[in-house]
Amino acid sequence: MSVRVALHSPSGSRSFLERGLLLLVILILLEGTVLTLGAASSPDIGAQDNTGGHDHRDDHRGIEGSRGNTNYTYTKKAFPVLSLDYHHIQVPFEISLWVLLASLMKLGFHLIPRLSSIVPESCLLIVVGLLVGGLIKLVGEEVPPVLDSKLFFLCLLPPIILDAGYFLPIRPFMENIGTILMFAVVGTLWNAFFVGGLLYAVCQIEGTYLSQVELLPCLLFGSIISAVDPVAVLAVFEEIHINELLHILVFGESLLNDAVTVVLYHLFEEYSGAGEVTPMDVVLGVICFLIVSLGGIAVGAIYGILAAFTSRFTSHTRVIEPLFVFVYSYMAYLSAEMFHLSGIMALIACGAVMRPYVEANISHKSHTTVKYFLKMWSSVSETLIFIFLGVATVAGPHSWNWTFVSVTVILCLVSRVIGVVGLTFIINKFRIVKLTTKDQFIVAYGGLRGAIAFSLGYLLDKDLFPTKTMFLTAIITEIFFTVFVQGMTIKPLVDLLAVKKKQEAKRSINEEIHTQFLDHLLTGIEDICGHYGHHHWKDKLNRFNKKYIKKCLIAGERYKEPQLIAFYHKMEFKQAIELVESGGGVKLPSAMPSQVSMQNIQPKKLPPAVAERALPQFTKGREEEIRKILRSNLQKTRQRLRSYNRHTLMADPFEDGWNDFLLKKQRMIELEKKMTEMSNYLTVPAAPPDSPTMCRARLASDPNAFYNIKASSDGVPTIQVDLASPQSPDSVNMLNEFSKRGATDQDLGQREGADRDEDQGLMMKPSSAGKEEKGEEEGGNKNPGLMRCLSDPGPSNEDEEDEPFLP
Amino acid sequence: MQETGFTPAHIVRLYDRFEALDKEKTGLLRPQDFGAINGLAMNPIGDRIIGAFFSPGQETVDFHSFVRILAHFRPEDKKRPKDPSMPEPVNSRTSKIKFAFQLYDQDKDGKISRAELLQVLRSMLEMQVTEEQLESIADRTIQEADLDKDDAISFEEFRKSLEKVNIDHKMSIRFLR
Repeated sequence: MSVRVALHSPSGSRSFLERGLLLLVILILLEGTVLTLGAASSPDIGAQDNTGGHDHRDDHRGIEGSRGNTNYTYTKKAFPVLSLDYHHIQVPFEISLWVLLASLMKLGFHLIPRLSSIVPESCLLIVVGLLVGGLIKLVGEEVPPVLDSKLFFLCLLPPIILDAGYFLPIRPFMENIGTILMFAVVGTLWNAFFVGGLLYAVCQIEGTYLSQVELLPCLLFGSIISAVDPVAVLAVFEEIHINELLHILVFGESLLNDAVTVVLYHLFEEYSGAGEVTPMDVVLGVICFLIVSLGGIAVGAIYGILAAFTSRFTSHTRVIEPLFVFVYSYMAYLSAEMFHLSGIMALIACGAVMRPYVEANISHKSHTTVKYFLKMWSSVSETLIFIFLGVATVAGPHSWNWTFVSVTVILCLVSRVIGVVGLTFIINKFRIVKLTTKDQFIVAYGGLRGAIAFSLGYLLDKDLFPTKTMFLTAIITEIFFTVFVQGMTIKPLVDLLAVKKKQEAKRSINEEIHTQFLDHLLTGIEDICGHYGHHHWKDKLNRFNKKYIKKCLIAGERYKEPQLIAFYHKMEFKQAIELVESGGGVKLPSAMPSQVSMQNIQPKKLPPAVAERALPQFTKGREEEIRKILRSNLQKTRQRLRSYNRHTLMADPFEDGWNDFLLKKQRMIELEKKMTEMSNYLTVPAAPPDSPTMCRARLASDPNAFYNIKASSDGVPTIQVDLASPQSPDSVNMLNEFSKRGATDQDLGQREGADRDEDQGLMMKPSSAGKEEKGEEEGGNKNPGLMRCLSDPGPSNEDEEDEPFLP
Repeated sequence: MQETGFTPAHIVRLYDRFEALDKEKTGLLRPQDFGAINGLAMNPIGDRIIGAFFSPGQETVDFHSFVRILAHFRPEDKKRPKDPSMPEPVNSRTSKIKFAFQLYDQDKDGKISRAELLQVLRSMLEMQVTEEQLESIADRTIQEADLDKDDAISFEEFRKSLEKVNIDHKMSIRFLR
């Protein structure tokens, strides 16, 4: 098919024209097939099926021949060598086409850098949706109601929310939870009533011909339109990179106001029929709100714990680990929706609760998979949502009323500003770090509306709400206004007002240590003051967590791993990867990349049998094999890492930091000079028996000989290399040198031959101060670390890696 | 007490607390009185904090010093005019960092040596880590922060490594507004 050919054309630097042509071809294809997409996804458009499907069915009836005929009049026709059965694959085909369109659009925008820096992606996507819808209408077919509420709420929204919830930065979120809740609950309520009430007042004015709009529908409309939309906020804020505080404020608000919206929506919808709301109903509404929000969170938390618990046992089936994350989360969402609780809050709670435990349990590869899948799905979902918004706009039906629409837009802005300013005034009395005027402005201006409002409006019953189309038109206008006008101008405004941007730098270990230190300090001071504040409760929660919860939910012995160590491991790992990326042959930046990083802390010792089995002696042939495998894998790592370059992904630790890598290189050189007495926990190849170091290393790998060596040590450590640390042969070489005392100035790059990298477990011989148990610990220690990293063979040919090393 | 910036209401509240801690009603606090506080016993750096209240060589703390130390944790006054002639108020960012620095630097030589850092790490990480790991972390920490290569962290280097941390937020207690 022509489309397929066009798709294979070089994607390098497509000119705009090429892309436009491609787009046109796709669209033309779409117009014929998109018709029944709506039919597939929404049960209430059954009628369309006939009109759309007709042509196709007629077509292939002729071609197919005898398949449709009944059995008893079997007339032999020519065997159909090639037949077209579109109907067979229609629905999945159309869905795939839409997704493909969305992805191609996303791809295309980034080929025109100037455009994507001025106009946020969401706007462009809506425009594309408008074009597609327009094309379809032009051809005369009926535009499918693609933004069907069921499709939206069950398929398109969850990935985005899960992505947000799973990667929610818990600490800033919790620190600002009071502010966020104020904005979400009180702010939304204020918006809803202000807009609804004033609209009603305006409608009552003579001359607007709107007097048939009653109070309750107005309030309902107000509640629909007042909710800040997480999808739109995410889409726009991701591109402007403002500081963490503001981001979490607006974003947190958009997530948490779901509960309010749900309650208000149902409340007004229920009682619009009755025509009035009694105080009893208001009380019930408040109770409902509490149930909806707390219930949603509870449901999410339960599923989160289940997921964490399940992940504890997945050490043998690593391949399906990501699946648990996704399925449990989705079920949390669906369960909450089943009871009309807040699905969004359930999803957020599920992701946030399960994350620390799941991440401790699953392998690195699964973690990467989860991350990339979530990003991918949420990205596609977001794109689709915006395109569908455009299509739905064209689909109509619309009933434009100048007064209503313009008043809505103005009122929304005004109420948002007043709400934010008023609330901030109150909130600032309770905050340590106050919100400045600039912050308030951004929070107010960042209150974007989006597809959720539209879907909620779409759900309204036409009979109960005769003005539904007017509402829909107003909602769409408001969405367009916020997304286009506010979305496009927020970036230059942020620059103009010099709002603090996100700090790109990574956390250093210094910061981590000092932050923890300060936490303890503050907890202590709070105790002295007798004041049960923030830190006190956080400390209590942490203790509880460590004592009971982690024990249940984290596999193996890793639950004892303190946060600092985990952080340290991560840093080391990052550096090791950076090293590989840089092509090896470079001195390691830090003196202690380590063994430490690959080890699990394990105060209990493993049975000696296991320890022994885990350290087999190498034969020469094996070593060669291992070397080969390692080299090829490291190359793969390098290539793979280079290709990940999506700007929408969170700052990937492996991607950035070239410059400070070079800096580190320099520091390394200086550090070499200091490397005399320090015990070295360097990763080093367990190499052939030539070099004396290696001799010691190999001897050390035999746990029985361990103690003997230790006794006679005089400070020269024996080192093994952990397979899991991806280090290139050359670099590892260098480390070898550090193990030699005073071997500071040797030119490490040239020592290719003898000292080769082999990775077996890294066993650190303890330095002079080591104790007996520690020695054995180390033997055992290496094992879980190795196991965890290696036990995930992944779907490809990494199995070979595992065999020599695991018992 | 102008120098601390506490309001009279605060001072009263703190005095009540002081009296509650002072079991023997001597008007002075001793280390044991601090030790009786539950939370502090479990705090990994509890004894350091207690030590910070006592000036070197002194065995007791009177109310005046008690309040002065606690004044470090008052939230910063953003609107304070930057008057170079006045001494740095006790709750400014620099003073807060200095207070934290002094907690690390037990021997008061103006630097955090590797041994001192190790001590802190050991107490924070308790029994869960091997000695080697502690040393690795300590080495790395010093390597990261140490700009003048003297294998210790001076106050300036300490301050620099904390430049991204919002000290005012992290080292303030709302109670002491």
